Amino acid sequence: MIEKTNKKVVEENKNIKIVHDATCTFCGCVCDDMELHVDVDEKRIIKSKNACVLGRAWFAEHTIENAPAAMIDGKEVTIEEAIEEAAQTLVNAKFPITYGLSDTTSEAQRQAVAITDYIKGNIDTTTSVCHGPSGLAFQGVGESTSTLGEVKNRADLVIYWGGNPAESHPRHFGRYAVTPKGMFTPNGKKDRTVVLVDVRKTKSAGVADILITPKPGKDFEVLWALRALVKGVKLSSDIEKETGVPLEILTDLAKRMKECRFGVLFFGMGLTMTRGRHFNSGALLALATDLNEYTHFVAKPVRGHGNVTGADNVVAWQTGYPFGVNFSRGYPRFNPGEFTTVDTLSNGDADAALIVASDPGSNFPKKAIEHLKNIPVITLDTKTTDTTKLSHVAFKTSTYGINTSGTVYRMDDVSITLRPAFESPFPDDEKILKSIKKRVHELILKNSHSGGASGEAKVAAAVNPL
Amino acid sequence: MSASMRIVNGQVYDPKNNIDGEVKEICVEDGKIVDSVSDEATIIDAKGMVIMAGGVDIHCHIAGPKVNLARKLTPEARRHDPHPSTPFTRSGSGGTTPSTFAAGYRYATLGYTTAMEAAVSPIGARHVLEEFEDTPIIDKGFYVLLGNNIFLHNLIREKRIEEFDQAVAWWVNATKAYTVKLVNPGGDEPWKGKRNSNVSNIDEKSDDDTLSPRQIIEAFIKTVNKQGYPHPPHIHCNNLGHSGNYITTLETMKTAGDLRAHIAHIQFHSYGGEVGKNPISKAAEIAEYVNNHPNITCDVGQVMFGDSTIMTADAPLAYVLKGHSKGKWVNADTECESGCGILPFAYQEHIYVHTLQWAIGLELFLLSEDPWRIVLSTDHPNGGSFMAYPKLIKLLMDEKFRREEMKRVNQKALLNCSLPELKREYTLSEIAIITRAGPARALGLETKGHLGVGADADITIYDLMDDKELMFSTPRYVIKSGNTMIANHEFKTDSKGKVYHITPDYDNKIEESLKPFFEDYYSIEFSNYPVDDRYLHQHEIIKTKTS
Repeated sequence: MIEKTNKKVVEENKNIKIVHDATCTFCGCVCDDMELHVDVDEKRIIKSKNACVLGRAWFAEHTIENAPAAMIDGKEVTIEEAIEEAAQTLVNAKFPITYGLSDTTSEAQRQAVAITDYIKGNIDTTTSVCHGPSGLAFQGVGESTSTLGEVKNRADLVIYWGGNPAESHPRHFGRYAVTPKGMFTPNGKKDRTVVLVDVRKTKSAGVADILITPKPGKDFEVLWALRALVKGVKLSSDIEKETGVPLEILTDLAKRMKECRFGVLFFGMGLTMTRGRHFNSGALLALATDLNEYTHFVAKPVRGHGNVTGADNVVAWQTGYPFGVNFSRGYPRFNPGEFTTVDTLSNGDADAALIVASDPGSNFPKKAIEHLKNIPVITLDTKTTDTTKLSHVAFKTSTYGINTSGTVYRMDDVSITLRPAFESPFPDDEKILKSIKKRVHELILKNSHSGGASGEAKVAAAVNPL
Repeated sequence: MSASMRIVNGQVYDPKNNIDGEVKEICVEDGKIVDSVSDEATIIDAKGMVIMAGGVDIHCHIAGPKVNLARKLTPEARRHDPHPSTPFTRSGSGGTTPSTFAAGYRYATLGYTTAMEAAVSPIGARHVLEEFEDTPIIDKGFYVLLGNNIFLHNLIREKRIEEFDQAVAWWVNATKAYTVKLVNPGGDEPWKGKRNSNVSNIDEKSDDDTLSPRQIIEAFIKTVNKQGYPHPPHIHCNNLGHSGNYITTLETMKTAGDLRAHIAHIQFHSYGGEVGKNPISKAAEIAEYVNNHPNITCDVGQVMFGDSTIMTADAPLAYVLKGHSKGKWVNADTECESGCGILPFAYQEHIYVHTLQWAIGLELFLLSEDPWRIVLSTDHPNGGSFMAYPKLIKLLMDEKFRREEMKRVNQKALLNCSLPELKREYTLSEIAIITRAGPARALGLETKGHLGVGADADITIYDLMDDKELMFSTPRYVIKSGNTMIANHEFKTDSKGKVYHITPDYDNKIEESLKPFFEDYYSIEFSNYPVDDRYLHQHEIIKTKTS
């Protein structure tokens, strides 16, 4: 009896810290209204209020593991030794590649691009295997888009295409696009018509007022038919045979699109990674653009990883191109298909790899993984993965948004500063990458001036003779 | 870290200190201009060279969400224009929307050491500051878009002026901005909420909105002047690009009364004629008003023939231009705050309108009687890249060159402006005013734009040449904060530049009104909205009357 009472007291006295307005970086929704209850002594999050099922798992699973902070070939080493080895490996490689970056802060991403610039390597992000085709379509036709708050405030027609947010982005409906009450949508869902276009009836179908199920691989044809109908072109009822969608349904949707006040087309990888790829994304973006002749219409890819949008942004502002960038000539060149990572690995081009916050070792094509096994790989990850297991140098880092602050970009390019919950004994990605960058730059300057004056002396020499 | 330095034998053009080409020694220590330095100081012999303060760009678009969208949109514009790395400097790519590193280095290669990003939605401020940290060498700041802010509109509509003043100051603090920017005030709501329509008259009110653009403009001019910001509201008037818009521009300036206001890219707002028809020049009318009203400053927004990128918070305008270009187009709405339109564009000599725009810009420069209040700009990259500044300088300094160029353009357009009659040639001193001293004064940056004791040691040294385009595109030395960045045309080191911002006073109580609005209508939490100090890296606060 006494023991039991004591136990209860201990629990009440637990050192609990509450972090308000923390951000969940699990998916591209980047919800920043988390209330995290942190057991400070045990260093774990015991409750994550407002989080969805995916977010709750994200917060619960990131505890502090007992593992070495740095390893070379599976053996524990000091972080300094690992940084030296990583820098030497990268500087000595002829075609080093950097990949991943979508689950870390933009501060870390900036360091990764800098390293790749210095070593004249190749940089690419997970964008190349998710919404890369949307990026290419964007270059072709542009995009009418908006921040998610504008959807919440104004959208009266919401269309999801090739995605299943109920399972991939569970709060997308409630927080941004379907049920929230906004400035011009005071009744929430009642003020909106929700359309779901997908090849199968997913869990997301529950919110849809209209469900459209085209034949698999026929998204482009459906989108093109809608573009025609929007522009008043008459179509034959054969369209149903081709696409699996009756003409009346398409005609009705085209009418709704033209007549709504503010329409939005969200699209997922069911569109971008199936037959047609960037043609599909391009057709959808062009449809949204066309509709602006009649009303206000926007489109938005529903991005996956917490900061994949940041990765696009950082690579774009530092190099001018969003992904698939090569520095081997001393300046950035953009060529998806050649400089994207599945290709640099499958073609056997890469001779060293720096992988940040990503696990290509588990999800890349077999040929790419085989090559990854044959070259020195440097990884930064919070967890042990298939990629860390095959790494020459492996750093264990702290988790963004849980242990470290920094910046992430939501799927609509809105940036948010993270509020960490508890400290990790492991350094963060930015810190490790900064150290590698510093060492890499030293080595390169040494090489470029070997036998001559040092950089600083050269500066002085350039001014003094006058 | 910056060494002391003595620059000798150069012809100094420092209009703020009334130095007009005299040979004078310039001494530098600890990043500042000083009276004298010890004999150990590094000596730069500038014989046969012209010395000016570092250039100051008062209006450009070089960082942030819209610039980055433009970069992602146009790989083709940069592919042919790589910016290679050096052992000291990072690589990048150029075109009309260069990558951050290329932008900083390229400004430096023109002798510019300060540039102000002219349009940032508040929610994009954090992004801009991140890009600023990757924009090397130059000092920078940005203007925050508040002219289509729904919360502020509500306060003006309800005549809650005291709260309006507080809320404006709150927003400037929350975003680390340098001043407020108005773009097509009142135009966003019809664009987003009324099927892509727009306002067309400064006094326009609609059935469901009793707020006119003029009321918005007036409210901002009053509050900013009351709070004494170093730079007044930076205004992109309504009706940009439309024939007959000079009336709107005159009315906007009249709304200011005798209070300070800056009219951005005024060339795009100096058109006569009827809406929907070809414009004619009203440069003379606009120049006359500016000449007679010392409270007004402006930048020209010169159009230069060749490639450009249209990027503007004026979304309806970009849509109109999409109708002309027929190419790809980006629209990006920002919740409760702003709109944005982006598209690639090219100005062509044979097109009437493009020639007229080019001519009106030149007319405005040549008709201006006070170079201190008209600033050289191309509204980069809207009128053309900042890399075209040297050519623009040559057009202003060399009448013969101007006449040669006039032979290549649409002759009909030249009949509808006064350019062919204008013989004026800018002097080096006047160039120093419109590219440095003037913009620094308009910005209230007292340590910029001149070479007097106490000024920042931002110094550009040009070889004196007859060809002014060549001269201004290839400075021999560029010194930033006392460090020699470029010597003999080569980069010698790298640096980050700092961020300028202001911190006007406000009463925290305003957050009690702001918070519920955010909870209802924004998609991020109120507490996560303001940008914290860590994004400022190196920064300097310029004082306002109330800070």
